[in-house]
Amino acid sequence: MATFNLKINGKTQEVDVNPNTPMLWVLRDHLKLVGTKYGCGIAQCGACTVHLDGVAVRACMTTISAVGNQEVTTIEGLSENADHPVQKAWLEVDVPQCGYCQAGQIMTAAAFLEKNSNPSDSEIEMAMNGNICRCGTYTRIKKAVKIAAKTANV
Amino acid sequence: MTLIKTSIGRRSFLKSTALAGGGMMLGFNWLASCKGKTEEEILAMPKEWFEINSYLKIGDNGVVTIYTPNPEFGQNIRTSMPMLVAEELDVDWENVIVEQAPYHAEKYGFQFTGGSQGIRARWEPLRMAGASARQMLREAAAQTWQVPLEEITTVDGVLHHKTTKNSAGYGEMASAAAKLTVPEEVQLKEVKDFKIIGKSRKNVDAKDIVRGKPMFGSDYRTEGMLIAMIEHPPAFGMTLESVDDAEAKAMPGIKDVVTIKSFKEGFEKGGFDTNAFPELVAIVGNSSWEVMQAKKKLKVAWKPITGYSETIAGFRGKETKNIPAGLESTTTHQTKMAELAGKPGKIVRKDGTPEAAFKNAAKIIESSYSAPFLAHNSMEPLNAFAHVEGDKVKIAAPIQIPSLIIPTLASSLGIPAENIDMELPRMGGGFGRKAYAHYVVEAALISQKVNAPIKLMYTREDDMTNGIYRPTYQATYRAALDEHNNLTALHIKAGGIPESPLFANRFPAGALDNYMAQEWSIDSNITIGAFRAPRSNFMAGAEQSFLDEVAEAAGRILFNFDWTY
Ligand code: FES
Ligand code: FES
Repeated sequence: MATFNLKINGKTQEVDVNPNTPMLWVLRDHLKLVGTKYGCGIAQCGACTVHLDGVAVRACMTTISAVGNQEVTTIEGLSENADHPVQKAWLEVDVPQCGYCQAGQIMTAAAFLEKNSNPSDSEIEMAMNGNICRCGTYTRIKKAVKIAAKTANV
Repeated sequence: MTLIKTSIGRRSFLKSTALAGGGMMLGFNWLASCKGKTEEEILAMPKEWFEINSYLKIGDNGVVTIYTPNPEFGQNIRTSMPMLVAEELDVDWENVIVEQAPYHAEKYGFQFTGGSQGIRARWEPLRMAGASARQMLREAAAQTWQVPLEEITTVDGVLHHKTTKNSAGYGEMASAAAKLTVPEEVQLKEVKDFKIIGKSRKNVDAKDIVRGKPMFGSDYRTEGMLIAMIEHPPAFGMTLESVDDAEAKAMPGIKDVVTIKSFKEGFEKGGFDTNAFPELVAIVGNSSWEVMQAKKKLKVAWKPITGYSETIAGFRGKETKNIPAGLESTTTHQTKMAELAGKPGKIVRKDGTPEAAFKNAAKIIESSYSAPFLAHNSMEPLNAFAHVEGDKVKIAAPIQIPSLIIPTLASSLGIPAENIDMELPRMGGGFGRKAYAHYVVEAALISQKVNAPIKLMYTREDDMTNGIYRPTYQATYRAALDEHNNLTALHIKAGGIPESPLFANRFPAGALDNYMAQEWSIDSNITIGAFRAPRSNFMAGAEQSFLDEVAEAAGRILFNFDWTY
């Protein structure tokens, strides 16, 4: 066990866990931030995607000891009131079916659009490629990412 | 207008009682759902609620809460079912709050999500719930204003009486309406008068989904809840022999290791009690990661099962299933399938003289189609919360057919069915898999053994390797064409593990003079189940592909064959 001071969604939070614990389980079990989802635990599905200093990472394969001083942003901290351009686009298009993969999809899309504000279709496909949606909402995801890119640019 | 008797829905209606203090009803669910709302939103909440029937309550300010009966797994019935109620109630959709009803057979009927049945089964009862509430509100207004009932109209949650110019919001009449008896008959709207049904409405949960609010079974937690995981056998055809838990128990955060038995001796299984692994080892601890690590340290010895037959009381009556002993593999499956596919199958239907037609054919076209075992792979792995306290049981689980696991729970726990409460959190996908709720029984047995609230979590590996898979199927189609490229006979031979996919009497049966359908099957200890109509969809795909091939070979378009309808 070791104590970690984590910067999560703009707040500092202290946890006392095994240093090898993946951030996913620290978020879900210890900090009650359950928006980040467990889908596979082996970096294959994207359901657990969060931001570390703005970069999308898979929380299931990021140990808590590797987080250090970096700012963690989870779906709960992406915006105050679901008004991040990606969230707004998601609502406009009504993307989710079951919804389980969507936090990961949104976090991947948000980090991607930070780097590439005017993506082509194939760049969107490439960026979103690692996020599985078992319900198959891919066409709506693509549509929403495009809308988000446009609205974020105005 | 359609006049419809409400009597069929009567058992599902609560006695319309005004609640204590003039009808205050602030349920636990309601308070919980206030969390996370803005101050403005909370201020707009009613001070009093009036329950009109089990599907809806109306606040003194006209806000309507609709209890949606069926569990949600992504088709957005949490939006469409309340739309049915709201339509007949005649309220503004913007003034509707949707709450998930818990499992309650008497109030909510068959809370079954699957089989493409949701809206079809709820179409009338939910409209009836809305229509009878509207009728009671109109009766309350008629009595208050001393005018005939027929003259009371409604528009978007407001009652009107034209000649006296009286009008009142539903909230103002809700208290009086809640004291009336449920009408014997109600009139449902004509389709042409629909304002909500048939118009696209946004998913009522989308805002919570994009903010990552807790809503799924796997998000459910209570104070003091422990995490449980299960060690399953490494293969089908195996069962528990012994467990050495010393090392696992010594791992940090671990509370207990227990063995469970999912069925009581002599319990008659229903069609959804499918479970290849009724004897298991469970490990319980403080957090998911700790339990996952300790699970790897369990030393469990497994032994082969002995073959057996069992009788299942399924939807289609009693069925006997043969469960063979032994380990199976893709290789053994393929060898057996090739062997059976090469022999004449059991003839299920034969019309005319198909053998002669094939003998005299100018051309024979043959194709085989197959599908492997498929895991559902819901994005959210199986999980269930359970808290067994003495003879009271609390469950919260992502589950497609709550009512069908209740008898199993009651039997396995030795607790009366009426002592089991079940919440129905959102499912992160279901696809048929969450209709087989053995994981709920497992969670409850673990909770009973460790005497604590627990959440059972399947890892992705557990979820995939302990599937209730879509069966393996194969079908060989043969067509006989004469020298004019007329289709003179068709022969289907279909089989699978452990069941044949054949529907001998479906098209093209009856559309051809010479026709033969044969089948075979191979017993297996691999569990199979619902997954998007496995037999129908497999056969439809094979048949349509084959008929296209025949048309191509015959150089004509499909519908030009002389089907003898
Ligand atoms: S849970 Fe992390 S990628 Fe699947
Ligand atoms: S919406 Fe169900 S997995 Fe993506």
